[in-house]
Order: sequence, then C-alpha cells, then structure tokens
Amino acid sequence: MFELLGIPPQVLMGQLLLGLINGSFYAVLSLGLAVIFGLLNIINFAHGALYMAGAFVAWMLLNYLGIGYWPALILAPLIVGAFGIVLERTMLSRLYHLDHLYGLLLTFGLALIIQGLFRNYYGISGLPYQIPNLLSGGQNLGFMFLPNYRAWVVVASVLVCFGTWFMIEKTRLGAYLRAATENPVLVGAFGVNVPLMIMLTYGFGVALAGFAGVLAAPIYSVNPTMGEQLIIVVFAVVVIGGMGSIMGAILTGYMLGIVEGLTRVFYPEGSAVVIFVIMAIVLMIKPEGLFGRPA
Amino acid sequence: MAMAEKTSDAAPQAQAVGMPALHKVIFGVLLAGLIVLPFFVYPVFAMKVMCFALFAAAFNLLLGFGGLLSFGHAAYFGGASYISAHAAKVWGLTPELSVLCGAAAAGVLGLVIGSLAIRRQGIYFAMVTLAFAQMVYFVALQAEFTGGEDGIQSVPRGDLFGLIPLADNMALYFFVLAVTFGGILLLYRIVHSPFGQVLKAIRENEPRAISLGYDVNRYKLIVFTLSAVMSGVAGATKAQVFQLASLTDVHWSMSGEVVLMTLLGGMGTVFGPLVGAGIIVTMQNYLATFGAWVTVIQGVIFVVGVLMFREGIIGVLARWFKRSL
Amino acid sequence: MFKKLAVSSAALAAMIGSPALAQDIAVKLGVLNDRSGVYADLSGEGSVVAARMAVEDFKAADKGIAVEIISADHQNKPDIGSNIARQWYDVDGVNAILDVPTSSVALAVGDITAEKNGVMINSGAGSTSLTREQCRPTTVHWTYDTAALATGTGAAMTNAGGKKWFFLTADYAFGHSLEENTSRVVEENGGEVVGQVNVPFPAQDFSSFLLQAQGSGADVIGLANAGGDTVNAIKQASEFGITQAGQKLAALLFFVTDVHALGAQTAQGLSLTEAFYWDQNDETRAWSKRFMDTHGAQPTMVQAGVYSGTMAYLAAVEAVGSADDGKAVSAKMKEMEFDDPLFGTVTVRGDGRAIHDMYLFEVKTPDQSENEWDLYNQISSISGEEAFLPMLEECDFTKQ
Repeated sequence: MFELLGIPPQVLMGQLLLGLINGSFYAVLSLGLAVIFGLLNIINFAHGALYMAGAFVAWMLLNYLGIGYWPALILAPLIVGAFGIVLERTMLSRLYHLDHLYGLLLTFGLALIIQGLFRNYYGISGLPYQIPNLLSGGQNLGFMFLPNYRAWVVVASVLVCFGTWFMIEKTRLGAYLRAATENPVLVGAFGVNVPLMIMLTYGFGVALAGFAGVLAAPIYSVNPTMGEQLIIVVFAVVVIGGMGSIMGAILTGYMLGIVEGLTRVFYPEGSAVVIFVIMAIVLMIKPEGLFGRPA
Repeated sequence: MAMAEKTSDAAPQAQAVGMPALHKVIFGVLLAGLIVLPFFVYPVFAMKVMCFALFAAAFNLLLGFGGLLSFGHAAYFGGASYISAHAAKVWGLTPELSVLCGAAAAGVLGLVIGSLAIRRQGIYFAMVTLAFAQMVYFVALQAEFTGGEDGIQSVPRGDLFGLIPLADNMALYFFVLAVTFGGILLLYRIVHSPFGQVLKAIRENEPRAISLGYDVNRYKLIVFTLSAVMSGVAGATKAQVFQLASLTDVHWSMSGEVVLMTLLGGMGTVFGPLVGAGIIVTMQNYLATFGAWVTVIQGVIFVVGVLMFREGIIGVLARWFKRSL
Repeated sequence: MFKKLAVSSAALAAMIGSPALAQDIAVKLGVLNDRSGVYADLSGEGSVVAARMAVEDFKAADKGIAVEIISADHQNKPDIGSNIARQWYDVDGVNAILDVPTSSVALAVGDITAEKNGVMINSGAGSTSLTREQCRPTTVHWTYDTAALATGTGAAMTNAGGKKWFFLTADYAFGHSLEENTSRVVEENGGEVVGQVNVPFPAQDFSSFLLQAQGSGADVIGLANAGGDTVNAIKQASEFGITQAGQKLAALLFFVTDVHALGAQTAQGLSLTEAFYWDQNDETRAWSKRFMDTHGAQPTMVQAGVYSGTMAYLAAVEAVGSADDGKAVSAKMKEMEFDDPLFGTVTVRGDGRAIHDMYLFEVKTPDQSENEWDLYNQISSISGEEAFLPMLEECDFTKQ
C-alpha cells in the first residue's frame, strides 16, 4: 500500500470527499454573496446570520407547525428571502448612492441584531433537528462510510449552484441582470424595472443563504452562532473567487472546502486559518480573484 | 475611495497653524474632567474608557483622515497588549517600557501589513487587513508565549520608571491618563500638520494628489503605521491596567467594535472617536447583565448610524454649530 | 455602606436588647459565570438559584448573617471576568465569588481574589492549575477538575478493555490539560494512546477528525472538549457509523444538561464522570425537586457544587465571625469537615482542593429512561483520595 506523505490513500480519499461536502456549503453561501455583490455592489455581512435564520426557520416550521424537512427546504428559503426583500426595501436601497463600505457596515449591524435576538430567545446550546427518514443511514464506500444525508448535501448544492449559474448566464432574465450590473441606467432606459430586479436579486441571494441553513440544520445543531463562525470564511471564499463572479464563487467554494479538508489531515490546528492565508496571497498576486475579470 | 462623505467640512479655521481656541477649551475641560473623574467613578472603568478612546482615535486617523477602512485593527491593539504583557511579566520591564515595546511591535506589524494592504483599495483593502488580522489571531492562539485561551495573566503592574509603584489604582490612573491624553494630542497634532493636510487631499481626490506630485502610497503607509502604533499604545496600556492580555483583544469582533465607536462618534472629527468609545464602553459595562441584548443594541446603533447619522454624534453637532469639532 | 448600616442596626438591636435579631455579619456573594454562552445552561442562572437555596437552608438570617447575592455574566472571557471581579471587590464590597466556569477566567479571578483578600469558591471550572501551578490561599476548588474526570472515565474505560485511545482535543489550554490528564490515567492502567488531533475551537464539523480517529484503529475515541463541541462530535460520530462499528466514545467533560440536549437516543451507552447526579438518593432527589420547581431544569453538578460550596463558606464565616478576611475564612474552611446533603462528606485540603467522592455513570438507553431527565445509571463511585491528584507541597497553605 503506497502512502502519500504518511497518509494512507483511503484516508485521503475520505478527507477529499468530506472537504467536498463542506465545500458544498461554502459554494451555496458564496454564490449568494456573489450574486448580491454583482448587482448591488454590497458586501452582505448579514449573510451568515440569514443562513442561521434559515436553519432556525426550518426548526420552527417543524416544532411550531409540524412542517417537515422537505417542505421546509422550499419554505424556509422563501421566508428568509422575503425577509431579505424587506431589509432591502427599507434599508439597503437607501445606500446605493454611497460607497459600498456603508453597505458592509449596515449589514454588519443587521447581523449583530439578528444573532442577538436568536441568542436571547433560543439560548446558545443549540437545538436538535433530525435527519429526514428518507436519508438516514449511509453507504459503505470501502474507504469510508458516507452518510446518505451528506451525499444529498453535495447533490443539492450542485443542483442549486448549476441552476443559478444557468439562469444568470444562459437565460434572458439573466442577460438583463448582467446588463443591469454593467449599466443600470441604460437598462432602465430600455424599460426594465431595475429597482425591482435589484430587490428580487437580493431576495434570491439571501434565500440561497436560507437554503444552506436548512441543509445544515440536520448535521450541525441549530445554533445562533452557526453563521458567525462561517461568514468570515465565506467572505474569503468570495474574495478569492473574484467578487461578483458567479462561477468563481461556486468553484472556489468547492475547492476551498477540499483545501481545508486536507489541512485538517496535515496540519489540523491550521485549518481555521488556511483560507485567510490563501486570501491574502491571492489578493497580493491577482487582486481581481482567481476567476474575476480585472477591474 | 471617498469613504467620508464630506465629514464636518473641515472648517477653514482649522488650518495648520496651532490649535483653534475652541479645541483648546474642549481639551482643557476634558483634561480637567479626567483629573477629577477617578474620585467619582471607579478608576479601572475610567482607564478602560481612556484606552478605547485612544484606540478609536488612532483608528479614526486611518479611516476618518486617511480614508482607509481597516477591518483588522484588533491585530495591532491585541498584538501590542500581548507584547507589553509579556515584557512586563517575563522580561520584568517597567510599565512605560512595556508600553513602548508593545507600541513598537504594533508599529512593525503595521508597517509590514500596511505595505501589503495599501496596494489594494476599498473592499479589497479591508479584506487584506482582515486576512492578516486573522493570521495574527491564529498566532496568538497557537504561540507558546501567548498562553492560548488563558492569555497572559497576572501581569505585574510594576514601578513607573522603576520608581513610582503603580499597584494603586489612582497612581495607575494618572499614568494611563498621561499616556492616552498625550496620545490623543499627538494624533491631533498629526492631523493638523502639513502631513495631515496632504492626507486630506488624498482622501478627497487621490488622482489629483498623485498629479500634484505626492507619493500617495508613501503617505498611506505612514498613516497606516502611525495608526497601528497608536492602537498599539492603547492596547499595551490596557494590558497594564487589566494585568492581562487575552484573545478578546485580537479577535475580529474587536476590529468591528472600533469601527462602531468611530462611526458612532463621527469619523473624521477630532472628538467623535472619544465620545463613541465612551458610549460603547459604558454601555457594555452597564448593560452587561442583559447578556445578548448588548449585541442587539450595538447592531441597532450600527444600522441607525449608517442610515441616518453617517456623520456620527460629533459630526451632527459640528454641523449644527458650524464648527469643526 | 451596607455594612455600616448592618452594624448600626446591630447596635440598635443590642440596645433594644434582643440579641436574636442581631445582624452581626454582613456577607456579599457574587455569582460570576456564563449567562449567555456555551456554559449558560450548566451554570448560569441555575447557579444563582442554588446559591440562594444555600443561604435559605443555612438559615443565615437566624444565625445573624445578612447575605446578599449579586451575579454577572463573564461571557467566558478572562478580561471581562477579571474586570467584574476587580470591580466587585473594589467597589461593591463582595466577600466571595462563586462558580466561575471556564478555566481561563477562573485563573484570572483566582489571582484577583488573592490580591483583594476575598475567597473564590470555584465550582464550574475544570483546570487542575487552580490548586497546582496557580494555587492561591484564597481559592477553594469545589466540584470537580480535569484530573478527577480523567481518573473516573479514563480508568474505567481502559479497564473495561478500551486499551487503545485516540484523542480529539479542543485546541486550547483546557482541552490539552484534559487530554494530558486522561493519557496519564490510560497509560497507568495499561492502555496506550495511539494518536490525537488538535481540533480548532470552536468547531462545527468534526467529520474529518472523526474519520482520522476511525482510521487509527483505536478502541476508544476520547473527546477532550466541552459543551456544543462535544455534542456535535457525538452526533456526527453516530451519523458516520463510528459508534455502530464498535469504537467507543469517552466524553471527558459532559454534563447532564448536555446529555439532556442530545437525548438518550444518541447519547446512550456513553460513560461519564460527575460529582453529583440528581437521582442518587433521597436527599439529592428532594433538593433537586426544589431546584427544578424554581429553575425548570434538573441541577448540574456545577450548580449543586455552588450550593454546597456556599453552605460550607457560610459555615466558615460563622465560625470566624466575619467575612472580611478572605484568607482567614478559607483557612477555616480547610479545618472543617462538611457533611453535605448533596456531596456527602467533604473536606478541603491545604491547597484548596475539596475532596469528595466522584461517580462513574453510563447514559441509559431510551428503553430504560422513564422520563426526559432519567438519564444515568451509576456504575461505580470513586473515593476523593483516588479521584483527585495528590497535593503539591508548595501549595499546602495550611503549613505556611
């Protein structure tokens, strides 16, 4: 049996797969951030909090209304998206004429509020959410035991990411969207309702965060701090991929999940910081990001 | 990147020639107030406020006057607090030397990180500073001398200049007052020097400053390093006060907090950061029993601040009184 | 100010000539713990409730001791905790600080307590440093420490055939100390440590680390972490079929509230060591029922420890006749023997370590568990001498 740097190949395979699973979360979340940044030029710091809200909405649907996982997978993102639209209409829309840093600061404040409120009402210990029956159990792949639910996470995230990419890059609606990113005034002059489009885009972006939250709920305990720990990492993913680049955000998400997974084998202590090291290097060498166009 | 949208409209009387009478009066009243303050409030609390006031003022030098939003200033504040705690505890240095060590370390860190960060602008600048701050946090968590989660505890308060013992809260208070007030005056002097005027020019219109022949990057690097040094003085002093350096000081939420203080008080104003720091620290202290509500309130301040009072408290006052504050 | 008031009212009472009402001794207790973070459920408000019950049961008022209790949230940060402690001693006239979970905060508060001549009765923190490397004459460490947990769980599991251990260690001081203590016990009992991995703290996803543990071929996976991290690790171990495949998990710091949150379904069969469980005997059941009526949850060993530590402290204050000199009160505690309804016979050693029995429990299966709090079977009890590390000579403050 050959070994790579002292790690048996089946362990390595397992870690790559786990990295891919974690990368699925990064991909969906960073995709949402990238979509929002592309059109609104806002760095949505509240993304992590809305991801957490998605998980909580799923939990509430189950515990207050008896609505299970599968409907929640659709409903929770819609609810989070609707909430996002309210935020966009009432607050973010007032900042478009200003420097994007104000958007960052505003959404930072929103994140604090949302997290604080959930902490007050639900404590910090975390709430349990069961894996749906259909997906319990797992497959023995030889090199590792793969829980069915984790396999589903990868599938769901690939589907959503690809769907979004297709919609933006290949459909007429997406073409308007891309055009509005380039020149909102001109697109408005052609009779497209740009403010409506912006509103829906923000709603869609945060709905993606909500979706990731529902996906995460059965794996991690539903916890008010779950987004806080993730948001900074996801930021880094978007920056590395190239801000506003859809494909960049998706691919970088999966890729960094894998890099992080490998770090957990070779230098586990460093797995929390490796993404920032990569971000700093990328920004130094290729500031527009791996997949971004030069500004 | 015009971050500050016409803050307080640098009134013409605040030219580089000395301090305007109004500012002299305010500083005078402030100093007098601070001298009697420890007889009325708990000195340790007052010292904490002063340390954060200096930190916010140092941050404001970069954001309000340099137009650069750093999202990683905790690295300098916290980094310096570790170094100064280590200097006092392990090397047995006197308090003033420990603070200097901390400030010097923050300066070196600022110079290195700054020289990389200033090549980028806007959000990318913020992200680079954040990335490096996360690395500093990582070092603080992992390195042997920082004590990991425990931090560096039981830092002796030592004798000032090897002569005056600072174990007593009152004695320490006046040391901290001298350091922080001196630091704030120094920052004031920097802002109102010809150097500060160039900074303002760069902030308002960078291409124009370049075409006027200024080496913009050099100015940015200097202001970044100065801001890091002064943040370091604040962090190092805080470590002496609390006899402790801990991960809180290097965590990214500390970087967010200093933005909050500056924004709340009024970026680009002289007194805004001091007011902002005072309010936030007081709030954290007195609302501590409400647990997570503190976070909610801070969030509300952020939101309201960004939506309605982008000039901050002092910025609004300055507009009312039509004076530069 | 309060003290002055108390003294003058005592003087007044004396003048009137009714000594039974005399309030001679004023005591102010500060419960300093986590009220919003990961340890809020196992300490938090429940510890304040426990302290109040102690004051009530001690019949402090009848004995001429006026007790006031205040509380604050240290957010698990040493800077915030030490700031509050300092202010309590300097401004608020607190005589003793209770609970203080989170070792880093406890060490900082222990130092300030020594400097200000108060007393710290620690129930919530686990670090053995409190009575060893950083021992202080005014620290009393009441409920448990990492060494005692390691002795209980580590020895029991090794002797039950779990010879090869792999540790998932939370990468901070507490996690490392837990791992170190347990490794020692495992090796003393003829086991070996086949590997370990440092997990960044806090973490949500343990799958990579669990897979490494699985690949190591260990019999036992030692979870040297706490709170939400342990909960997540256990959940994911069951998700990845690790426990089903025969590897055992050892939760080295786990509380009844954590087991409750996890549910008997997932936690069944887990071995853990605690100093107290509500359903041990009639006295613990009676006390826990009162606690439950006020607080709405069963007490953890930390909360029970706050109760019995407070009782002991008040007894020492009564014996000394004043709470002003923390050193004198803690020295008195070290001379006394306490017969406690929750912890049985307790003595306090010269280094401040309270010595009492510890117990090894196993989590019941869902079939055995009759209600949501019916969670443990007691496997064995470990005597205090066996459970805790021997005293260091230089920390014996009764000889100094």
